[in-house]
Amino acid sequence: MLKIDGLKKTYSTGDEALKGVSFEVDSSEIVAIIGPSGAGKSTLIRCVNRLEEPTEGTIFLDDVEVTSLSKKELRNARRDIGMVFQEFGLVDRLTVMENVLSGRLGYMSSLNAFRRNYPEEDIRRAREILSTVDMAGYEDDRADELSGGQRQRVGIARAVIQNPKILLVDEPTSALDPETSRKVMELLIDIAQEEDISVLINIHEVHLATRFADKIFGLRDGEVVFEGLAAELDESAKDKIYRGEDPEQEVDVSDDSELQSTDIKEI
Amino acid sequence: MWNRFDKRDNIRRYGTALVGLAILIVSWRVMNVNYEYLLTAHYEIYDLLYRMVPPDLGYVNEIASPLIETIHMSIMGTALSIIVSVPIAYLAANNVSPHWTLVYFGKFIISVTRSISAIIWALIFVVMFGPGALAGIFALAVRSIGFIGKLLSEAIEEIDPIPVEAVTATGGNKIDVFVYGIVPQIKPAFIGMSTYRWDINIRQATVLGLVGAGGIGLVLDSAITRLYWPGVTTILLSILLIVIFSEGISAYLRKKIGGV
Amino acid sequence: MSTKESHTWNRPSVFQSRVRKWAVYSGIVLFVLWSVWELRVPIDRLIVGFGAGADMVSSMFPPDFGPTARGRIWTGMIDTIAMSIVATIAGVILSAPVAFMAAKNYAPRPVYYIGMGIIVFSRTFHPLILAIVFVKAVGVGPLAGVITLAVVTIGFFAKLLSEEIEDMDRLQYDAIRATGANPFQSLAYGIIPQIKPRFIGLSVYRWDINFRASTIIGIVGGGGIGSTLMSSFQRFQLDFSLAILITILICVMIGEVMSLKVREKYQ
Ligand SMILES: Nc1ncnc2c1ncn2[C@@H]1O[C@H](COP(=O)(O)OP(=O)(O)O)[C@@H](O)[C@H]1O
Ligand SMILES: [Mg+2]
Repeated sequence: MLKIDGLKKTYSTGDEALKGVSFEVDSSEIVAIIGPSGAGKSTLIRCVNRLEEPTEGTIFLDDVEVTSLSKKELRNARRDIGMVFQEFGLVDRLTVMENVLSGRLGYMSSLNAFRRNYPEEDIRRAREILSTVDMAGYEDDRADELSGGQRQRVGIARAVIQNPKILLVDEPTSALDPETSRKVMELLIDIAQEEDISVLINIHEVHLATRFADKIFGLRDGEVVFEGLAAELDESAKDKIYRGEDPEQEVDVSDDSELQSTDIKEI
Repeated sequence: MWNRFDKRDNIRRYGTALVGLAILIVSWRVMNVNYEYLLTAHYEIYDLLYRMVPPDLGYVNEIASPLIETIHMSIMGTALSIIVSVPIAYLAANNVSPHWTLVYFGKFIISVTRSISAIIWALIFVVMFGPGALAGIFALAVRSIGFIGKLLSEAIEEIDPIPVEAVTATGGNKIDVFVYGIVPQIKPAFIGMSTYRWDINIRQATVLGLVGAGGIGLVLDSAITRLYWPGVTTILLSILLIVIFSEGISAYLRKKIGGV
Repeated sequence: MSTKESHTWNRPSVFQSRVRKWAVYSGIVLFVLWSVWELRVPIDRLIVGFGAGADMVSSMFPPDFGPTARGRIWTGMIDTIAMSIVATIAGVILSAPVAFMAAKNYAPRPVYYIGMGIIVFSRTFHPLILAIVFVKAVGVGPLAGVITLAVVTIGFFAKLLSEEIEDMDRLQYDAIRATGANPFQSLAYGIIPQIKPRFIGLSVYRWDINFRASTIIGIVGGGGIGSTLMSSFQRFQLDFSLAILITILICVMIGEVMSLKVREKYQ
């Protein structure tokens, strides 16, 4: 379904954010990427739909090689890739409905988009999704009037209305409180399963990753340092991801580092 | 079904657009444009460029001294306006003004001097002092009173009252309060706005000569009257030069000492 | 602060050294003194001037608001207002693309330099100087004034609007692009809603400035009340001049209040 091979990204600043990342996401699969801040998780996700241009490597979505598409073809490919952002990415000054329907822009003419002349079918679907994410009745509220949890629900609705094959989700809950985080995650996973969409999700909280994901990748300094089922993510794997230590080679573990590993459990 | 705009919204939106369009069309009609001029415009522009290029560089000798006069006018005009605007801003700032009637008086002076362009002030001062730099200096000074006075009085109105109270509490008189309580708080903004105004005044000073108030504008006017276009180009280039020069200095000073 | 100086204290200064600071200050003072010296104004001329001022004021009063004068002021003012409106609309329309060209985060580098070039050019000359050139090109009358003011508007409006574009929230734009929206749609949904309030506020503000400017553009033949004012001074009809001045003053103040009110509403 999504196949990434040898992906490298070096920013113009010289930051090597990704140093050759390869992995696959299968149909209807939920894959979590975990790793410390600065590991390259956001960069990875933004490279998949080429919001950032990858420096090297290939990305296939089904049989489409995303990395070699022209601008026009890329726009068509993006219609199949839904995206959910950490800071929601809603257009503040547009209404909830406009935000949701902006997920259909790829299927609309510029003139109709400008005149807010949306197909009836899209509007019907938008209402349906809004009530699924529990936001019915907010259609005409401006996005910046909503709470964080509500905004993320609208963000999810915008991605889902695209009818994407895959959802790219970048730390959807780290701007939310724990209770809201849990609800938003449950909602996201429910919808994905209901609609049969694969999910590639960056996640900060390890416990959420182990709970919701089928497969987990650990990213550190732009490299995949762990790969396995959620159940396989043990303490030593976490150490490797978050502290860059390979416990098998490490003989002496000082008190100091013991302290840090308990910290990590609470993340 | 859902629509971004309901009927009332739509009437308002199209109504606004229609009114806007009507105003535009009426305005255009009022201007009574002579379309025949437009037909010859491209020829005139070509002709103008043909006459203006190349510039007469020998003309530099003749324009050097009016150019320097322009700079002097801008400095004197700004300096004079600084001297006058400080007391006026003090009167117009409602948190420190001695009396509320003086607030209105100060604000009145500020609005009147601000609402009339420097070039119009120059027309008036040329009648008073005759043609020459003096009229230009007064024109720049009076127009700048409105500018500096407004910004300065707003800066004074926004000061932190605590230092002022502290100086008052230690037994300071009005002058002490002004010097120790107010001045330190507004100094960077004041330097910034004065420098900025000087920068504007150089640009203004280049045109005051068009109505006889001294500086490079006088030479520009006479070159145009004589249709001496290569000289006009030289003058325009020299203006470009001093404007860039003053903008550089003003940017440097504001970065170093000014707050604006 | 070095140790050997520890018992003295210097107020920290933005200048690297005291020498530099005093150099700048004394430079300014010297410049002013030089100006005073160069322009040495004889006191008697000042006195004569103020005497002439008294004469001038007495011949200005009472202002001439007679029927002929009213008619001429009316025509001049209507022209002036019309010029300011047409120039603002034309200037704003021309500015919009220049603003995007001059936005560092939106335009490619070479385009950015072209945009900045246009802005710098249109800011350098005083409107009256540009007006002289345009009067030669399209003849005496309001059209020359309108072209001048439209050109000057670009320097102001495009500059400030491009700063607004540079300050926009990139995420909102990215989120729209990620749905597969084309460049026009991304602009219409991801950027325009963000800059719209500022756009309206700046337009109204610029109209206010253009209105002031259009009262003087007639001095060099660019149409409007300025030419009436100029000829009244040349013919020493000072009571008529005063009537014009009072009208300008009142209209400019009304314009300023209107522009403030509209901007308060939108920002
Ligand atoms: N736009 C950018 N320009 C330059 N460097 C960047 C940019 N975005 C991210 N980086 C760098 O790339 C690395 C990975 O960042 P990121 O992908 O945001 O990590 P994560 O999402 O895992 O916290 C960091 O070192 C960061 O500084
Ligand atoms: Mg991130």
